Amino acid sequence: MTIAQTAGRRPGRMSRKQRRMVLIAAAGVVLVVAVGLILFALSDRLTFFNSPTDMLESPPAPTDRVRLGGLVALDSIVREENGRITFDVTDGPSTITVTYQGIVPDLFREGQGVITEGTLGSNGIFNADTVLAKHDEAYMPAEVVDALKAQGEWYGDEAMPAEAPAVE
Amino acid sequence: MIVELGHFALILAAAVALAQGVLPIVGARRGDERLMAVAPYAAITQFLLIGIAFAVLMRSYIVSDFSVLNVVQNSHTDKPLLYKITGVWGNHEGSMLLWVLILALFGALVGAFGRNLPQRLKATVLSVQAWIGVSFLAFILTTSNPFLRVAMPPLQGNDLNPVLQDIGLAIHPPLLYIGYVGCSISFAFAVAALIDGKIDAAWARWVRPWTLGAWLFLTVGIAMGSYWAYYELGWGGFWFWDPVENSSFMPWLAATALLHSAVVMEKRNALRIWTVLLAILTFSLSLLGTFLVRSGVLTSVHTFAVSPSRGLFILAILVIFIGGSLALFAFRAQSLSQGGIFAPISREGALVLNNLFLTAAAATVLVGTLYPLLVEAITGDRSVSVGPPFFNLVFTPLVVPLLLAVPFGPLLAWKRGDLYAAAQRLMVAFGAALVGVVLVLVLAGFDEVLAAFGIGIAIWLIVGALSELASRAQFGQRPLSVSLARLAGLPRSAFGMTLAHLGVGLTVLGIVASTTWNEEVIVDMTPGETIIVGGRALTLDGYRIEDTANYSSQIARFTLRDGDRVLSAIETEVRLFTSRPGEVTTEAGIRTFGFSQLYVSRGELTAEGVLTVRAFWKPLVTLIWLGAVVMAIGGLLSLSDRRLRVGAPKPARGGHVVAPAE
Repeated sequence: MTIAQTAGRRPGRMSRKQRRMVLIAAAGVVLVVAVGLILFALSDRLTFFNSPTDMLESPPAPTDRVRLGGLVALDSIVREENGRITFDVTDGPSTITVTYQGIVPDLFREGQGVITEGTLGSNGIFNADTVLAKHDEAYMPAEVVDALKAQGEWYGDEAMPAEAPAVE
Repeated sequence: MIVELGHFALILAAAVALAQGVLPIVGARRGDERLMAVAPYAAITQFLLIGIAFAVLMRSYIVSDFSVLNVVQNSHTDKPLLYKITGVWGNHEGSMLLWVLILALFGALVGAFGRNLPQRLKATVLSVQAWIGVSFLAFILTTSNPFLRVAMPPLQGNDLNPVLQDIGLAIHPPLLYIGYVGCSISFAFAVAALIDGKIDAAWARWVRPWTLGAWLFLTVGIAMGSYWAYYELGWGGFWFWDPVENSSFMPWLAATALLHSAVVMEKRNALRIWTVLLAILTFSLSLLGTFLVRSGVLTSVHTFAVSPSRGLFILAILVIFIGGSLALFAFRAQSLSQGGIFAPISREGALVLNNLFLTAAAATVLVGTLYPLLVEAITGDRSVSVGPPFFNLVFTPLVVPLLLAVPFGPLLAWKRGDLYAAAQRLMVAFGAALVGVVLVLVLAGFDEVLAAFGIGIAIWLIVGALSELASRAQFGQRPLSVSLARLAGLPRSAFGMTLAHLGVGLTVLGIVASTTWNEEVIVDMTPGETIIVGGRALTLDGYRIEDTANYSSQIARFTLRDGDRVLSAIETEVRLFTSRPGEVTTEAGIRTFGFSQLYVSRGELTAEGVLTVRAFWKPLVTLIWLGAVVMAIGGLLSLSDRRLRVGAPKPARGGHVVAPAE
């Protein structure tokens, strides 16, 4: 078998071993590409959850998409023009103001747990592009529970106070 | 009393399943025909018993028997009958019962219609199937029993979660379950082949229709779930890369790969070991999906650890079946002989490429779905989440080359293909795609390079799929009447494949068009105000309240006009559920124009009568789901092909259809 034959348009002349090598090489390339993409994306495209305290201690870069979660502070919801809404997210000691344009979920209300996703502006206001609140009144996002526990603001699964924990 | 009857039937079913899991396979080992003959009867009996249990539970829901804990927790007398019935599987216990019911149904189908299956294979397959049945029946009876009674029956139930009171979500789980569980058949066949150390084209001919059936239901189920999320959640998105969505998408990707590799095995007797492995992986992903959705592990690894009995039980099932079958594969795969050989450029080669990309894509989705769980399990850190940015970055580059290759596959000959000849036959598709790209660039501007490329791929897929049919009917090379006769003479599976590939193109077109040219308006409106969206005028007319048996609706009514002409009224509502105070759902108002949709969602109404309105114009958005429907119709056509149904070679028809039947 000459080189011209194997390199030409008639790959059918390859030996069994060569054919298998081509298959393995193709599989290897796809595998390497997939692994490379995953590694790159895992280092770059993860979204991290922050409580207001975390965020004040180590603010994310303005380009980083992060999650901010906590309770919607009482009397903090302000509806502005054209569907823009601002509210405070708190974990007790710390509070961050969030601004969001859009329709908030059905169960979004003061004193309820909430997770928002977006970027922290240089003015210290969090620009959310997504607001999540689960379709279940009893539901409190696990991350929010952790954050509240860390701040000593958690009142147990059964005994959530009717009013949200006092916020300054 | 009747409830206990259902409970006993379920226990009996577990006993029958145990017998079915032992006797036939022992018979197959010993060559004892009487023991092997137990299999089909046991399979049918098991199905009937689970059927009785399911019917009993359904009756408890219909008559609102509040002495049953499951009914108390999930039903309400005021609920419409339809949602009383769908409420049976709208909860954990009931949905697991549905799961085993479908599992038993598939076993019974193999038992009843598997007459031309070799007896040994059939006995082994049904035994393997029964092992799955035994484990899940034990799971239900020990940790998730739907027949538990309450000592003091309350007068009223807690009602089904309002979000679940929707027809789309009501029928979507059964469809997905049929798909998930359908994969168990190809799994059972694969394990049986490994145990017997024997596998041939007849095996593939059996596996293919079952996989095709399961794939068909998965396709429709996923599409329906996606459409439900689109109109119910009010965000206008169709796919969120949510772990629950992913857990149905992974088996779909694997089943699509299996479907294609089974073709190679049936036609060319090649890729045997790979096909067996893929059958195992597909069902493993289905089990994983069941585990992810049912164990509570998604909310948090912690929730899972706090009430571990259910989660650990399913995890054990998962480990035993996936680990066991993979170990069996490792030990026995060498006993399966290697099949036919083929050149890299050939139909087989194209299908291998398809498999490579599909499994790689499924693997990336798996990594993205499990990564946060692993991080939390190992470090206890719950702050990492993997969202759309990850999946878009990883998934897209793996799917684009696959989509580009799709039209080539069917045009390459088996064993040794001619890429140049295939490319020649795709000139029309290539030209059409190029025209599409240029048109988008000219009309939408050079900013939309990615969109132009996406539209090009969609056209390439659609025209490419049709080119294959045209080339097999030899349009342009023969007189039109001859070509039409050839077209009519093609087997149904040929049309099936064309439709399935065309459906992929339609879905791609829908995704690209609706995300690129999506128009969104968020605005505060008072009655009488008008906004322009999608080139049409949307006027808020006013509000009204309507009460039904179990909820009260606050409806905002709009009128849509094109110039002065009134097109239609659009209503969007918020439902307040009286039986579960504080729970609300939103129903988006949607009008379809051709394949495009105008979508109106509402926010809260303030005391001053100001309503926040979010309106979208979504061009060609319905193609996303219609494409899936076309794929499913293609699958159905292929399934109805006589060749697959009777499991016999296709008889020669006329003289002139010589192309290898696909």
